[in-house]
Amino acid sequence: MAANDSGVATAPASVAARRRKLAWTPARAGVYAFLIVAALFFLLPLYVMLVTSVKPMEEIRLGTLFALPVNLTLEPWVQAWRSACTGLECEGIRGGFWNSVAIVVPSTILSIAIGAVNGYALSFWRPRGAGVLFAILMMGAFIPVQVMVYPLVRVLAAVDLFSSLPGIVLIHTIFGMPVMTLLFRNYYAALPMELFKAARIDGGGFWRIFLQLMLPMSTPVIVVAVIMQVTGIWNDFLLGLVFAGSEHLPMTVQLNNIINTTTGERLYNVNMAATILTSVVPLALYFISGRWFVRGIASGAVKG
Amino acid sequence: MTAALVKKRQSVSVAAYIALIPMALTVLLAYLGTMLWTARVSVSSSRTFPNSDFVGASQYIRLFNNERWLLSLQNVVVYGVLFIAACLIIGFLLAVFIDQKVMAEGALRTIFLYPYAMSFVATGLIWQWILNPELGIQEVLRKLGFTEAKFDWIVDQDMAIYTIVIATVWQASGLVMALMLSGLRGIDEELWKAARIDGIPRWRVYVSIVLPMLGPSVSTAFVLLFVMVVKVFDSVVAMTQGGPGTASEVPAKFIMDYLFGRANIGLASAASIVLLATVLAIVAPLYYVRSRRADKGM
Repeated sequence: MAANDSGVATAPASVAARRRKLAWTPARAGVYAFLIVAALFFLLPLYVMLVTSVKPMEEIRLGTLFALPVNLTLEPWVQAWRSACTGLECEGIRGGFWNSVAIVVPSTILSIAIGAVNGYALSFWRPRGAGVLFAILMMGAFIPVQVMVYPLVRVLAAVDLFSSLPGIVLIHTIFGMPVMTLLFRNYYAALPMELFKAARIDGGGFWRIFLQLMLPMSTPVIVVAVIMQVTGIWNDFLLGLVFAGSEHLPMTVQLNNIINTTTGERLYNVNMAATILTSVVPLALYFISGRWFVRGIASGAVKG
Repeated sequence: MTAALVKKRQSVSVAAYIALIPMALTVLLAYLGTMLWTARVSVSSSRTFPNSDFVGASQYIRLFNNERWLLSLQNVVVYGVLFIAACLIIGFLLAVFIDQKVMAEGALRTIFLYPYAMSFVATGLIWQWILNPELGIQEVLRKLGFTEAKFDWIVDQDMAIYTIVIATVWQASGLVMALMLSGLRGIDEELWKAARIDGIPRWRVYVSIVLPMLGPSVSTAFVLLFVMVVKVFDSVVAMTQGGPGTASEVPAKFIMDYLFGRANIGLASAASIVLLATVLAIVAPLYYVRSRRADKGM
């Protein structure tokens, strides 16, 4: 991975000069000591989680949190996936996994589609009143969810969508709209206006310009949007808890149920395996997409 | 011909309006409508079902006489101050140290940021396990010979809220690092040369020159962290369930409990309006300043 992310070119000569200057000194050793200690602190929970998930319960009862497993077992993983109790049912976390997939896929597609159209209309067409709408939409990003939750429950119940898959998808689309719109608006605002004007002169209409010109140029921003939405929706807990209904509870909610059940002995190894399984999708996305992920945070940051 | 062109333009702008209908509906119904609805319910006597009577500020008075609410406010202030300060300091330090042209920079960045990719629930559960007094760190310390070692914060009424700080700082400080690092990378190399020629120590440059220059990154990070503080719910549910007792109660959880568990939507609505007012009071000025700065072309 390149050391310099900002794209600021550093002349090779000056790099060499700096390298020489940064020879092994006590200060330099201090820098590395700090970074190594910090890295250990950040990795520790991952390590604990992994080793706990492959230990039999007898080893866990010894209270040797950091020790490597003596009798390595994959049984906790199998249990977490297939037979852990997520409330009344004991079919493991796999149901939640597929629920999360069923929620994430349509929510991501729908929220990106709407965000892209919004961004496009706002940057190029600027219909009357759209600016005000957009300003309120941005404010919506800061409204605590609690203000909106109960009325939305009533509205969804009134149209018979409460506790249903379309209902939770709609909710994710609504709550994703501010960031998605902002992301696409900023992206389209950076494209040259002449491009759009030329397309207009050639007789392109609203949808034709969008589908044939803007959308094909949007790949980079769509990648960022997909990463943001998939991680965000996969990791959501509160909305899933309230809106998904018992049939479609996402993985995060089921995970919490597995671990905070009060009956029987706590199977810490199964719990940790379930936690890892729940984190696998966003972590994989993070490790694969790396820089795009960071770019997504940065654009999300504009909104807060 | 001109008429045809005009007609075409009109039909096109109609398409733009139609395309914005989902956004208009979201803004009007989901954001403004729900806010008004909640504000309205907060001045009614609603309990299990919404009533349409008017009782003035009595829900707000009850709210601020409610021990649990006051405790949750106190908790979120303690939590928020510590969480934001710790994230900003750790994030800044990580960014500064990583910016010293170190080896394996990419790997370090990945390590510091990966917790942010995980859900608050997962983070909470991991730390609940590590801080578990019977089998977690406390027990490890005792096994190592520190038989009196005590690290049972998570079940200690006075300390539970701090465990939530630990877990969420672990999760979010990498985010601050990423933001600060991109700010640092935007600083001109010339600055460092000038400082070296003048013989100013590096730490001095960071504190007196670089930090003020990172203003926009800091304010972005602050807003992000502040929003997380207001929203803090998942990690509390996962780690302590607000316990022991109600020791780690937070406003977001208080509202959810009163909305869905205790069926007192009047009180919960009053609480969410208080939360909303707080958010707007803190975020709005920041954004006002920022938009003015943007207007000036800075």
